[in-house]
Amino acid sequence: MWRIFHKLGSPKWFFGIAARFMPWLLAGGLLLLMAGIIWGLAFAPEDYLQGNSYRIIFIHVPSAFMAQSVYIMMACAAVVTLVWRMKLADVFVKAVAPVGLVLTFLALFTGAVWGKPTWGTWWIWDARLTSMLILLFLYGGVIALDRAINDEKSAARAVAVLVLVGVVNIPIIKYSVEWWNTLHQPATFKLTEKPSMPAEMWVPLLLSVLGLYLIFGWLACVRMQAEILVRERRTRWVKTFVTTGKV
Amino acid sequence: MAFDSFSAFIAMDGHGPYVWACYGVFFVAMVALMAGSVRSRNAIIASCRRGYETQADKSRVASPTPSATFTRVNIPQD
Amino acid sequence: MHPIRKKRLTIVLFLLAGLSVAVALTTYALRQNINLFYDPSQIAAGEAPTDARIRAGGMVEEGSVIRDPDSLKVEFKVTDYSASVPVEYMGILPDLFAEGQGIVAMGRLGTDGRFVADQVLAKHDENYMPPEVSGALEKASKAQTEAAAETATY
Repeated sequence: MWRIFHKLGSPKWFFGIAARFMPWLLAGGLLLLMAGIIWGLAFAPEDYLQGNSYRIIFIHVPSAFMAQSVYIMMACAAVVTLVWRMKLADVFVKAVAPVGLVLTFLALFTGAVWGKPTWGTWWIWDARLTSMLILLFLYGGVIALDRAINDEKSAARAVAVLVLVGVVNIPIIKYSVEWWNTLHQPATFKLTEKPSMPAEMWVPLLLSVLGLYLIFGWLACVRMQAEILVRERRTRWVKTFVTTGKV
Repeated sequence: MAFDSFSAFIAMDGHGPYVWACYGVFFVAMVALMAGSVRSRNAIIASCRRGYETQADKSRVASPTPSATFTRVNIPQD
Repeated sequence: MHPIRKKRLTIVLFLLAGLSVAVALTTYALRQNINLFYDPSQIAAGEAPTDARIRAGGMVEEGSVIRDPDSLKVEFKVTDYSASVPVEYMGILPDLFAEGQGIVAMGRLGTDGRFVADQVLAKHDENYMPPEVSGALEKASKAQTEAAAETATY
């Protein structure tokens, strides 16, 4: 098991594997996301209370879910960076932080636009919305800290510590709607219970969540490849890849 | 289909501007992110290739026909 | 695992544990500030300040909404099914405002126990369903209460 783990740390090996998986991730992701969105927009029934404005859920929930998942993945990578000093883990954190930033922004933006017709306000300082805004700043902080430190190794450690410190925000986001009273409603999906919406609403939602997950996988591969090329440009395998296209 | 006509689909019972604004921003952001990522990776590959080519040019120019020859001359210092 | 890595891992885990305890204590101490609104029981118990702008939240009590025919003034009661607070509001209500729906009102609590709101927001729950299903559910619950009433008269 440890051997696979260390092999995974080899940038060259990852570069080749990523190149093989990427077309499938992109095709599957686009297919699922499009299917979920078209189903949700045009075919799912309207909600008895909110009418058609609830259709924003088919992009709001995937963005918010991915924004938090990406941060959890970054935190796992940060532990690997700090304990094993594996370069690939640091490459991952740097490559996906901007993706997380965009996803968090999308979750906040779609939430605000959804809030106006349903709640009657774009923004309110309740625990869920505020903790999500903190997540946006955490992503911004990670990107800024990484750019501020020139030395690659010290940047990797500083960023890993910041990511780990910020991970306490994730359970706060998740449970904010249960621990405190908020304007935001509790989660529709729980691991232990049936979702509190009918199948013709949650199936398209599940499709778009899975689709966005795969697209994230593809984005992570593309961006990690770019970061690996920058770091390993002096090695022989990068030279053969650039000149012949083979890894 | 949950709507009777295409115009009903666009209007969404008055919620159209909200719904379509969300989807519009979502698509613009995702496409920009994806296209930007691919473009920056390709730019890096191109810059690597240019780097290797200039390196190769230099070595080709430098080794077979040196523009000047330098001979080490030992000058006694004492 | 290499002993140095084991040591680093324990440091990381301790860092995380310490941090979580610190954040948990802070948020616990600040819970009243993190809560968005006071519920009617808290207001009835006198926990809400009367000299500051606060938010009150709960369900709009069935049959309590009185609309003034000449102006936009509305009076209703907000309840959490153990206590209720009378609210008066002048302005446009959100579309989702209805009896039995959740709301959050912003305003001041008068010394007479009436809440004067200057903003009313609608709060909805996590349940989504098509209108036909909700209609059928309503019919079923009405039939049930009628059946209960009938058995009570016999």
